[in-house]
Amino acid sequence: MTIYLDGRTLTVERGATVAAAMLNAGVSVFRESVSGEPRAPLCGMGVCYECMVTIDGERELSCQTLCQEGMRISTR
Amino acid sequence: MTGFDLIVVGAGPAGIAAACRAAETGAKVLVLDNNPSAGGQIWRNDVPPKWAAWLSHVEFRGGCAVIDDSLLAHGVPIVLATGARELYLPFPGWTLPGVTGAGGLQALVKSGFDVRGKRAVLAGTGPLLLAVASLLRKRGASVTCIAEQAPRPALLRFAAAMWQYPSKLAQGIELGASLLGVPFFPGTWVQEAFGRKRVERVRLNGFEQDCDLLAVGYGLVPNTELAQLLGCTLQDGFVTVDSMQKTWREGVWAAGELTGIGGVERSLVEGEIAGLAAIGELSEARKLFSRRAAWHRFAARLGTAFELRPELRALSRPDTIVCRCEDIRYEDLTRWASAREAKLQTRCGMGLCQGRICGAANQVLFGWQDTSVRPPASAARVSDLMES
Amino acid sequence: MSAAPDVAIVGGGIVGAACALECSRAGLSVEVYEQSIVGGGATASGMGHVVVMDDSEAQFALTHYSSSLWRELAADLPAAAEYLPCGTLWVAADDEEMAEVHRKQAFYQARGVNVEVLDARQVAKAEPHLRPGFAGGLLVPGDCVVYPPVVAQWLLDQAGVTIHHQQVRALADVPAGIVVNAMGAKSARLSPGIPVAPRKGHLVITDRHPGFVRHQLIELGYLKSAHSASGDSVAFNVQPRKTGQVLIGSSRQYGAEHKEIDREILTRMLRRAAEYMPGIGALTAIRTWTGFRASTPDKLPLIGPWHGREWLATGHEGLGISTSLGTGRLLADLITGRTPPIPAEPYLPARCRP
Repeated sequence: MTIYLDGRTLTVERGATVAAAMLNAGVSVFRESVSGEPRAPLCGMGVCYECMVTIDGERELSCQTLCQEGMRISTR
Repeated sequence: MTGFDLIVVGAGPAGIAAACRAAETGAKVLVLDNNPSAGGQIWRNDVPPKWAAWLSHVEFRGGCAVIDDSLLAHGVPIVLATGARELYLPFPGWTLPGVTGAGGLQALVKSGFDVRGKRAVLAGTGPLLLAVASLLRKRGASVTCIAEQAPRPALLRFAAAMWQYPSKLAQGIELGASLLGVPFFPGTWVQEAFGRKRVERVRLNGFEQDCDLLAVGYGLVPNTELAQLLGCTLQDGFVTVDSMQKTWREGVWAAGELTGIGGVERSLVEGEIAGLAAIGELSEARKLFSRRAAWHRFAARLGTAFELRPELRALSRPDTIVCRCEDIRYEDLTRWASAREAKLQTRCGMGLCQGRICGAANQVLFGWQDTSVRPPASAARVSDLMES
Repeated sequence: MSAAPDVAIVGGGIVGAACALECSRAGLSVEVYEQSIVGGGATASGMGHVVVMDDSEAQFALTHYSSSLWRELAADLPAAAEYLPCGTLWVAADDEEMAEVHRKQAFYQARGVNVEVLDARQVAKAEPHLRPGFAGGLLVPGDCVVYPPVVAQWLLDQAGVTIHHQQVRALADVPAGIVVNAMGAKSARLSPGIPVAPRKGHLVITDRHPGFVRHQLIELGYLKSAHSASGDSVAFNVQPRKTGQVLIGSSRQYGAEHKEIDREILTRMLRRAAEYMPGIGALTAIRTWTGFRASTPDKLPLIGPWHGREWLATGHEGLGISTSLGTGRLLADLITGRTPPIPAEPYLPARCRP
């Protein structure tokens, strides 16, 4: 499957979450905290909200979202 | 939601067991989970065949968050099996990318994170560390060490009691074999993580270690938010149930980590009892009481062996962030006397996760109990609250 | 143990805190009784707006005077007080409400309050997320929003008074020259006979969506719908927070005693908000809650002596944050015999004696 991350094209395996695909692509900063610190997934199970990214225009938990063909992901 | 005989919330072992045992009797069962697929944390993308077969007879709706008590309106019995999250205790550097929970890293790996060639340090407490280390090794990571906070004598006492639980003993031996050569340090914990943009090095008590991944989990905290919104009674942080796993709220049963922490077998047997009891199969449910009692004893041993040491309350420095949503630091919190006071005066716990992470930490750090839960049980679209 | 203070304030909400600070500044010795935490009642559950209102001359006088005190205070407030001088935009749906805009404009201007009438195009430009087609609005630039629990704590810190964290069962038990009942929605429990009744409200807060709303927005139908004397009602009232969060109100219910969310009211309130701002449904809600306002039949607070050494500073309904600072000043002036900056008569509890 192909997804688009901040303008990059990524090939990902079916069944992978967006968070896993991003980590595999070498992304270490998923979002900036309110005081500007870099953050990335902590809990991996939809509790901590550290992995929030924009997926097809909506703010979503990347660890709870499966990759879909053509998805556009932005870390802003 | 009408037309079902039973609604199960949560598709981990307890929820799956409840759903499958009820479905075996011919009941129509609906299972809801906020994860995209069934399995929960431990069986993520990996439900054992015994259960997977029956799971095809129930209706599963993934990616479905239950945010308030509207489920009760259907008049259908409900089994809550919302499981647990990890306990994280703040330490300097714990907010760096690359620092995850132990179960957190396990979940990420099971959902496709490729860890080949990465150096991982595992720390915290409990058998989960070993399971995660084993998984990481199988997936090609190098586990540079496992730091278990519990002291060696407590671990030895726990291991010595394992002969009473042959299945656990077998699992333990298998795990041990898969971890041959991995340094295991009891009485050891993470003091600080270092790195510029992400974690590069970790200091434990006594030594430092380079790493690409640092996974730290201090045990589990039950996800009781929905149970509280439904009006279930809690004691010591867990949902109170009777011998049939029935809560104090009419029409609601609870199973698994909601009622106590103690591993997958405990969750399974509680789930089976809850699923059977909720559809009125009480005599079938009763047959499982002795098995449940055995796993409750095991759970008690787990709790004693992996009790948190007091040093873990003193890991934060004044500028260590405690509330990650709002970036509230340890020094901001010390003036206040309760979770609510700290929240109103500093915004601690007011962010997106609504204190799911810092609330449990503050209970350990400051002894604060925060029992205030309001809908939505997890962040939701405003439009989801407009449906009455 | 020191001697009994001149004044004991019962209730550590923002009204009690403002009274404590002003009494202390007037040279009185002051102690505060707060059973739970400072600012934990309506102070925490309300919206935190500071608005100038025109229901009556007396309501105007107190809100207007208090607003000027808030502006003086603003520079000294800690960042956590989240002071945001966003102004209020009263939104007019149709020509009838536009006529109300002009009446309000004349009222405010005659009394020296800076306001601005916006036409349909200007309203749309000022708040792009309002649905198209509003007739216009009235902008009150001097209004602001704050985070009241932090302000309440800060006022008490400034006052430097002793806080007793204990429950007061009877005002007669409190050792002090004057005992002030500042218990808000619960004040009638300690002063039986005062006409203060709890009026429940619901609120929803969202995640950070900076720029979604720029001013506090209130529907002009508010006066028709929300201030109706009895019955349950909802009205469009949305507020930007300094954090970028959006606070969504409002509802009013009499006779509701429990804190639980009333799903039907919540749904009605949010649907009303979505009628005004269709995009609001797509925002992320993180928490809903309820609270109780201390309402009085004539919509004016009770400030002044009641029986013997028992005084009142309560009954502020939905304007407790707005009028807290003015209330503190009036109370301190009445106790010390100074001439208050605005006439105190309309707020004196004596008006409620049978």
